[in-house]
Amino acid sequence: MNMTTDTHNPVPDAVPVLRVHNLSVTFDTYKGPVHVLHDVSFDIFPGEILGVVGESGAGKSMTGSAVTGLIEAPGRISAGTVELRGLRIDTLQGEDLRRIRGKRIGTIFQDPLTSLNPVYTVGDHLVETIRTHLPVSEKEAEARALALLEEVEIPHAKERMSQYPHQFSGGMRQRVAIALALCAEPELIIADEPTTALDVSVQAQIIALLRKVCKERGAAAMLITHDMGVIAETADRVMVMYHGRVLETGAVRQVLDAPRDPYTQVLMAAIPSVHQRVERLPVPEVGGGAVAKAVPWTPKPVDAAAAQARPLVEVKHLCKEYDLSNGWLARLLAREDKKILKASDDVSFNIRKGTTFGLVGESGSGKSTVARMIAGLTPPTSGQILFDGVDKWSPAANTVAMRRRFQMIFQDPYASLNPRWTVEQLIAEPLVVLGLTSGPAETAERVQEALRRVRMKPDDAKKYPHQFSGGQRQRIAVARALASKPEFIICDEPTSALDVSVQAQVLNLMRDLQDEFGLTYLLISHNLAVIRHMCDDIGVMQRGKLVEVGESQAVLDDPQHQYTKDLMHAIPDIAHVH
Amino acid sequence: MTESVKQDVALPTGWKASDSPVKRAFAKSRLVQVAAGVLALLVLATVFAPLLSLHNPFDPSNLDLMDAFTAPWSQGMGEMFYPLGADDQGRDVYSAILYGLRMSVFVGVAAVALSLIIGVPLGLIAGYAGGWFDTLLMRIADVQLTFPVILVALLIFGIARGLLPEGYRDDMAVFVIIVAIGLSDWVQYARTVRGAVMVEKQKDYVLAAQLIGRSQTAILTKHILPNMLAPILVIATISFAHAIVAESTLSYLGVGLPPTAPSLGTLIRIGQSFLFSGEWWILLFPSLVLLALALSVNLVGDWLRDALNPKLQ
Amino acid sequence: MLVHLLRRLGQSVLVLLAVSLVSFMVFRHIGDPTISLLGEDATLEERTALVEELGFNKSVPMQYLSYVGKVVQGDLGISYRLKRPVADVIAERLPATLELAMTAAVLALLIGIVLGVYTAIKKDGWLSRAIMTVSLVGVSLPTFLIGIGLIYVFAVELRWLPSFGRGETVKIGGWETGFLTSSGWAALIMPAITLGFYNMTLIMRLVRAEMLEVLRSDYIRFGRARGLHEKSLYFGHALRNTLIPVITIAGLQIGSLIAFAIVTETVFQWPGVGLLFISSVQGVDVPLIAAYLMFIALLYVVINLFVDFLYVLVDPRLRKK
Repeated sequence: MNMTTDTHNPVPDAVPVLRVHNLSVTFDTYKGPVHVLHDVSFDIFPGEILGVVGESGAGKSMTGSAVTGLIEAPGRISAGTVELRGLRIDTLQGEDLRRIRGKRIGTIFQDPLTSLNPVYTVGDHLVETIRTHLPVSEKEAEARALALLEEVEIPHAKERMSQYPHQFSGGMRQRVAIALALCAEPELIIADEPTTALDVSVQAQIIALLRKVCKERGAAAMLITHDMGVIAETADRVMVMYHGRVLETGAVRQVLDAPRDPYTQVLMAAIPSVHQRVERLPVPEVGGGAVAKAVPWTPKPVDAAAAQARPLVEVKHLCKEYDLSNGWLARLLAREDKKILKASDDVSFNIRKGTTFGLVGESGSGKSTVARMIAGLTPPTSGQILFDGVDKWSPAANTVAMRRRFQMIFQDPYASLNPRWTVEQLIAEPLVVLGLTSGPAETAERVQEALRRVRMKPDDAKKYPHQFSGGQRQRIAVARALASKPEFIICDEPTSALDVSVQAQVLNLMRDLQDEFGLTYLLISHNLAVIRHMCDDIGVMQRGKLVEVGESQAVLDDPQHQYTKDLMHAIPDIAHVH
Repeated sequence: MTESVKQDVALPTGWKASDSPVKRAFAKSRLVQVAAGVLALLVLATVFAPLLSLHNPFDPSNLDLMDAFTAPWSQGMGEMFYPLGADDQGRDVYSAILYGLRMSVFVGVAAVALSLIIGVPLGLIAGYAGGWFDTLLMRIADVQLTFPVILVALLIFGIARGLLPEGYRDDMAVFVIIVAIGLSDWVQYARTVRGAVMVEKQKDYVLAAQLIGRSQTAILTKHILPNMLAPILVIATISFAHAIVAESTLSYLGVGLPPTAPSLGTLIRIGQSFLFSGEWWILLFPSLVLLALALSVNLVGDWLRDALNPKLQ
Repeated sequence: MLVHLLRRLGQSVLVLLAVSLVSFMVFRHIGDPTISLLGEDATLEERTALVEELGFNKSVPMQYLSYVGKVVQGDLGISYRLKRPVADVIAERLPATLELAMTAAVLALLIGIVLGVYTAIKKDGWLSRAIMTVSLVGVSLPTFLIGIGLIYVFAVELRWLPSFGRGETVKIGGWETGFLTSSGWAALIMPAITLGFYNMTLIMRLVRAEMLEVLRSDYIRFGRARGLHEKSLYFGHALRNTLIPVITIAGLQIGSLIAFAIVTETVFQWPGVGLLFISSVQGVDVPLIAAYLMFIALLYVVINLFVDFLYVLVDPRLRKK
């Protein structure tokens, strides 16, 4: 990996607001020092937004923490300097450091729910921060707080000042967090994954707000995220990090279109695009030399018989209602004041054999509920699900033969594998319970076969889940799903918790297996790009209703329903640079 | 979401996947090692009490009244040597402590076992099935929690006393006290297990098992129960310490084990009457042993709780 | 919020009814009042007359109802041992226990919270470690041992404080108080410390654990990033969040003090309801046992309701929008 020097400098003579030079951070663990950041150097100039992008473990959050001096023991800055307009801030302690924070550097964290103190009102938060840094009276501070809330576009700001954080939605809370960061008119704003915990449509608004606020105030900003699309929409320059090192820095358009570093090249290519479908995603390998360009997808020829055949899965007027009227106090507060929640409202669609059907929507859209009903885990309130002509919820479907044909892959690779079982036991369970093997010898053989298919090692069978990374665990989950050789697999957000490169691996694997075994998938996701890449047909869900359904190319290229149009518009996409 | 994303590459969380954090924490703390050592010693003393003691102090034929009130580390009137002195009946304090320790530990273990047997299954079912069973159980637990151990134990003792004929009271005392303490502590187990089950129930591996059609019982025993072992172990240790203290308190109050088969608490009760007259050893040594027992159990339990706490890892 | 409180009220009534049932069963079926009250030599007529008076010849449900009716009116029966109305006996001894419990409660809360906050903020200092070790000893020591130890040191060896009794008391209305005399206070110190010690260590460890947890949270980190003073982070943000769950548990603990007083009163021969209860159990004085049960239940229910109410007031997440 070469460290490519930054060649783009907007105003050659301007003094950078933030200058980081050869910064290294080390953690003193009981096994010796672990180096988390190596020789990180970059500048941010007034009025510009620097995006810091990389996968997990790249060290991007660590860099942000190092600048504000928030690295906690046993971590420490082991080398390098951090200068804020010429003043060295990495050596500051105590009161000096405190004065910098908030006043000259504003920070925004990822999760707005836990970032705010639940027993303080929004007004309390703002007034306290303002008065800590500016010598103003209580009244003046309140006036300023009000102005800030209006600037971040919170409607009815005056009433909302005296409300508590739990009374705001996620997007609103993040706006409050932004307002808090701006309280004392800082010169530098550091935003650490500010939109990752938000829905796609809200994400777009927050990104736009951040950009507006920075540009209007002429503040420098450091935007840390793993989402390249967000960078493309918001940042001026971008710094790509990997394993604690800086790979490449430059103007956003240039790094996106013509990255110099080979890892970056493949990383960019591994991100699925919502506008184009490819055969397989290129997977970045350390050390370069990987496939640079992906082959565009070509549809397989469909024979007439298959086209006329009965769809494998037919969903007819599926409804699921939850009665919340007797809920506990906490539940009543978390949702709106509804008595009956319609998680699914008259949903109907078909899944053809051998294809992938994508169900896409934001949180609360009901897509997971539909998946659970199809899987047989949650009983529907009304409606029918026919699997190969048989009603899934009738007694006829409650046979071992039927259960052999279904499987499911879940979102959270940490919760879907029982931490007390070995990998072997986990993969063997469906085989044994569904009566698919004749004895322990055959079971062991089939477990090994399953592991081979997901490209894992044979002695991985004896290990426990916690000894593997998230991506490996998801592969184990795939192995478990495949072991019983099902026809139909429901995949509930299978790659949402994974890095881009790992996601590419898992999606490629799923496609390979589909081609090899003729599997049918139902893919649930909120990520339209992944849906585009994987699915032949898609259905768009909003608040329990299926608002649009059809062939994925048709729906995504030419959406009919307003919600689909809004969704497509809100996605931060790499192609869209401002 | 980013939490799990962060784990994909080995970040310096401070422990390797194959190391056991429990073993590491043990090696670090000298205090806990000492406590564990003391505990082991006491347990061994319990098991081998008849071998280690000089005579059985509760067999009247062994006692020599002439040796009453012998001072510690001195010889009695006859051949007997009393390392910790003798009490008002000529009983060797050292031997009495060993036998008393045995009773205390026995009652503690039995009470914990009883609480476990009642509380864990109830908690499992309540947490997993929910519904009316869960609500009912929680109401009963609430009602029972209004009354502290001492009160419940006293109540049960009083009832037993009222119902049992005079002669059997001493013999039945052991069982009465085990039932009393066991019945008052089960709630902790039930609640903890119920809470833990409700968390595990939401996890996807339970759904995966339901998907392939495993029965509820199989899921409870094979999938969920193994994940309960850590919290149960922690509760058991703490509750063992509570049981010992509770038993000694009840014996001290005179409603626990009788002087014919005493526990450490009973010995202390006997000893207190001699405090003002100067035979301090009859009170002091049993007190020290009781303190050592309770303290070492608490230290080990405390450390166990921290070592097994996933949030602190 | 109103719904919640009403539900709790309903539950409380249920609890009281359940306890009253148990009390009644104990009252009715254990021991024989004719022997206890009238002695062995009573004639058949006397026995029959008593049975009629006590209503023991009516049907069981009727007896239960009349029992509950009497309890509500304050008639708790006649003590078998003392041959006096139970209600009077309890009323006489109650102030002693209440004063003891109140003093112990105040001690436990004040010292517990202060030490808990200190050991959380300065968690690596030597003083904190020392305090934590002492607290561990405190949790392991049975109450009676603490009492005995204190007696030995301060009453036997040093002779500073009395080892039993309440000292001089002053009667105000129906309430006999020891707060107004110096000998009253002298007699109160050791029992109060003994009673409160366990709770104090419990509260201290609870506050410390909660505070450490809170100090690890995101909003503290965010506050630090905003440049707030450490002091306002600790005492403004962290402390408020810490005290909220502490209130419930501390409140319940305080309730248990009244029950735990049994042990302390035995050690110090403190003339309160606890000592009364012990004697009743040993002497199988059934009406007293039953009455004490009801009394404790009522107390707990009231305290629980109060704590619930307080909790809703203090935690904004529980208030309806």
